Amino acid sequence: MTELPPTLVTEQVAPGDAAGAGGEASIWSYVLGLVLAGGLTLLSFYITRSTLFWRPSVPTALIVLAIAQMGVHLVFFLHITSGPDSTNNVLALAFGILIVFLILAGSLWIMANLDRNMLPMDQLMKMQR
Amino acid sequence: MNAAVSAAGSASASKRIAVGYGFWIFLLSDIVMFSCFFASYAVLVHATAGGPNGRTFFDLDRVGLETACLLLSSFTCGLAFVASSKRRALLFHAAMTVTLLLGATFLALEGVEFASLVARDAGPTHSAFLSAFFALVGCHGIHVSIGLLWLMTMMAQVYAKGFRDDILRRLLCFNLFWHALDIIWVALFTVVYLIGDTA
Repeated sequence: MTELPPTLVTEQVAPGDAAGAGGEASIWSYVLGLVLAGGLTLLSFYITRSTLFWRPSVPTALIVLAIAQMGVHLVFFLHITSGPDSTNNVLALAFGILIVFLILAGSLWIMANLDRNMLPMDQLMKMQR
Repeated sequence: MNAAVSAAGSASASKRIAVGYGFWIFLLSDIVMFSCFFASYAVLVHATAGGPNGRTFFDLDRVGLETACLLLSSFTCGLAFVASSKRRALLFHAAMTVTLLLGATFLALEGVEFASLVARDAGPTHSAFLSAFFALVGCHGIHVSIGLLWLMTMMAQVYAKGFRDDILRRLLCFNLFWHALDIIWVALFTVVYLIGDTA
């Protein structure tokens, strides 16, 4: 087994710590995160209440805004970056997102399918008698 | 890695990375658990058994206030984290106190909502929808309560022991926990309250 060249072995950074060797923790990342997250939140509440938009599009828009805001939280509050010193954190996050997606999509898919194909409960009870 | 930690030696720095990474994996598993509550809520949202649905009792003004409290508390928690890394005790305690007050306000608003629902006979036993609603929102509320207990513990530990390396590692974990709660609340107010109000 060959040793990796030293340039490929990067010291990892703990999640929550600012990236970059010697990088001092700074409040500006939190200020920017607060402004962006606050703006996205206001936009979410605004499009829910406004009659300006085509109603069936609103739930999709809300989900897109929520995912954007979670991204803002991850980058500016939790300091999860795409940098080489954050690879372990990003890989763990990607695995977590995969499991969350499987649970949500799988549950909704299976339960919607059962809902469509099964008899209503009262008729099912009658058949068992 | 922050400069103070690297000055204290690489053994302490790598311990900080291992502790932070381990806690990060715990948080991801916690988020996976929440996704199960979200999935059951999404499946049961129309099973109101003739009782109220979300549109009849959601109060978006209160939800907006709760969201503002939690987002601001996430910000002040970040300020406390920066203050701790710069060893500024007074700033740290001030920011943590503000975080505590905002978190307590959030819990009080949620308590008012739950109490008003139970008072009008729409408690968790009324329908599958309300069971799923109380389970999901209540589970987040319990996490916030535990977070507040942890917050007070950290303030006491910093007061009694100062900014030692082990205390700073615990603060890193607390900071991650509090931000993760805010991420879950983003999903929660969108899926439960906002989409529930448009449906």
